[in-house]
Amino acid sequence: MSVNVVIPTPLRQYAGGQKTVSVTGATVGQALDTLTQSHPDLKRHLFGEDGKLRSFVNVYLGDEDVRYLKQEETPLTDGATLSIVPSVAGGIHE
Amino acid sequence: MKLLLHDTHIEAIKQHVQSAYPEEGGGLLLGHIEDGRAIVSEIRVLPNTWDVDAEKRRRYLIPSRVMLHEERQADARGLDIVGYFHSHPDHPAVPSEFDRDHALPNWSYVIVSVQQGQAHEVRVWQLREDRGGFDEQQVTSGE
Repeated sequence: MSVNVVIPTPLRQYAGGQKTVSVTGATVGQALDTLTQSHPDLKRHLFGEDGKLRSFVNVYLGDEDVRYLKQEETPLTDGATLSIVPSVAGGIHE
Repeated sequence: MKLLLHDTHIEAIKQHVQSAYPEEGGGLLLGHIEDGRAIVSEIRVLPNTWDVDAEKRRRYLIPSRVMLHEERQADARGLDIVGYFHSHPDHPAVPSEFDRDHALPNWSYVIVSVQQGQAHEVRVWQLREDRGGFDEQQVTSGE
C-alpha cells in the first residue's frame, strides 16, 4: 500500500524538508520501517533505544490514534494518511 | 538557530505561568522559520492536562489529540508550531532529564522559572541533534 506520512515540523529537516512523505507498507509498523529506512535520521527521534516508539510520539491514522486501533499492526489502505504527532511534555528535575 | 520572541510575547508568557503557579503552565509558540531564524508571531496558552492533578506542580502536558488539532489549525492559518513554553515552579529555567526525554530538535523550548509566584528568568533551549542535551538559544526581541 502507498500511504502518506505527515512529518511534524521539527523533524522535516530529516525528511528532505518535506511535510509529507510517501511510503509503502501494509501496516503502520511497516510504513514506519519504510520511512526510517529511507530517512534514517528520523529514527533516533521517533524510536527509543528499545526499538519502540518514544512515549511522546503518537501516530494517527486519519483522526484515530493507532494506540486505540491495532497499534503497529493497524492495517493500511492505499492512499491513507498517517500523521506523526508528538505530545508535548515537560517538567522540573527531580 | 536564533529565536525572535517579542517582549510582548515574553510578558504574556510570564503572566500566564504566574497565574498557573504553583502548577506548571505552558503553551505553544506559533510562527515560522525564515533565514535560519525561528520567528514567533503569537503564543497560544494551553491548559496543563497532566493526568494526575497533584503532579501538575512538576509536570506539564499537551496531549497528542490537542497537538493534532493545534497543528491543523496553525497550518490552516499559514503558521507553524516552532516550539513551546512551560514553567518550572520554584526551580531553575534549565531543562530537566524529563524535558530532554520528551524533546525534539529544531523546536525552541522556552522555560520560565517561577519563584514563589513571580516569574524570574526566561531561558530558551534547543535539543541537540544527537539528543545528548540542550544548547541555549540566542533570543532577540526586535526586528
